[in-house]
Amino acid sequence: MQLQDFEKLFQQKIDTEIKVEPKDWMPDAYRKTLVRQISQHAHSEIVGMLPEGNWISRAPSLKRKAILIAKVQDEAGHGLYLYSACETLGTSREETINDLNSGKAKYSSIFNYPTLTWADMGAIGWLVDGAAILNQVMLCRTSYGPYARAMVRICKEESFHQRQGFDILLTLCKGTDAQKAMCQDAINRWWWPSLMMFGPKDSESTNTDQSMKWKIKRKTNDELRQQFVDMCAEQVKILNMTLPDEHLKWNAQTQHYDFGEIDWSEFWNVVKGNGPCNKERLEARRKAHEDGAWVREAAAAYAEKKTSKQQSQAA
Amino acid sequence: MQLFIKKYYYGDIPDDNSGGADNITSNKNEKDWPLWEVFIRSKQGLDHKHAGSLHAADAQMAIENARDVYTRRNEGVSIWVVESKYIHASNPDDAESFYEPATDKIYRHPTFYDLPDELKHM
Ligand SMILES: [Fe+2]
Ligand SMILES: [Fe+2]
Repeated sequence: MQLQDFEKLFQQKIDTEIKVEPKDWMPDAYRKTLVRQISQHAHSEIVGMLPEGNWISRAPSLKRKAILIAKVQDEAGHGLYLYSACETLGTSREETINDLNSGKAKYSSIFNYPTLTWADMGAIGWLVDGAAILNQVMLCRTSYGPYARAMVRICKEESFHQRQGFDILLTLCKGTDAQKAMCQDAINRWWWPSLMMFGPKDSESTNTDQSMKWKIKRKTNDELRQQFVDMCAEQVKILNMTLPDEHLKWNAQTQHYDFGEIDWSEFWNVVKGNGPCNKERLEARRKAHEDGAWVREAAAAYAEKKTSKQQSQAA
Repeated sequence: MQLFIKKYYYGDIPDDNSGGADNITSNKNEKDWPLWEVFIRSKQGLDHKHAGSLHAADAQMAIENARDVYTRRNEGVSIWVVESKYIHASNPDDAESFYEPATDKIYRHPTFYDLPDELKHM
């Protein structure tokens, strides 16, 4: 069989909704695209622990502290599911993690914004996890089996993340004037970066939409973003707060909310490494990796000693 | 076909022009811990089912990590781990011929037999 025949068969499989599994033949570019996307996704979960980890020691009550720890721990788990899925494509864990620590690999820009107040924990849960959920629900149906299965597991855990965030904001918006103001301020700061999470506008892309054709992705950036805006524009009313967009308006004709233009120069600036916390985040990851080196060495030495003991006993 | 997708989806940000690809201090001698496959019995009476994989230095650590990674919400009552290198698998390229013996034996299925409606409990 020729390469073209393999590619044709592959596309047929995709078109008939048959999942691709690790040992199946797949085009090089499909594999590469997946490796990049899944590893970026994994890195995002891992770096995503940092802004929230920042508030664990300062959570306002034991209950909130326990919840926040559980959420951050979930994100570590998400990172691990995804690193595993990535490895099924023939990459090594070490390489993937080195790419993050060296600054070569990317993660979602949203985690390069600082968490200034407790209300930010609420806004992140509601908006950032909310945006991630829309993307991840779509990815439950992605064409690559291990990625889809990881997403199903992740989605089951995410809804608590969003709900606990909304719960924080709901409590604040029933509080004192200062607490209300803190709530609105957090929403104001996180709204636009959350919209940027969905990526550039569809019209920005000059490439043919191969990711859609391969069913790695099933909705475009703009579709997901619109879904998110429609959802949040309603939810924010329950908080008696507002979204910081004067152009946000229900459009009876399209049956969607219209919204203002995103500041794309900010988006690219953060992607390129000049966001408020890019350096800090990477340094924190590197430090954690380096500080853990002796643990990894010790565990490896212990395992080796145990096996050699077993071998000498068996002999 | 070496086409490299550059559509900047969420979770698919381009790798070029990164922030700081400078001074990486990775220990090249450091090796990954071995990879383990994790199987979980979700409740008594059910089979262990493949849940995913993880890295661990030894079996004990693999089981403990599996508990933390795959059973944070009571998803399991029993965990098996096996080093991935010991798993042998059938070849997907041979699937057609490999499973061919089963496809033409429709008489193995109860629906193959057309029996009178009056016949009960069968
Ligand atoms: Fe997550
Ligand atoms: Fe989350």
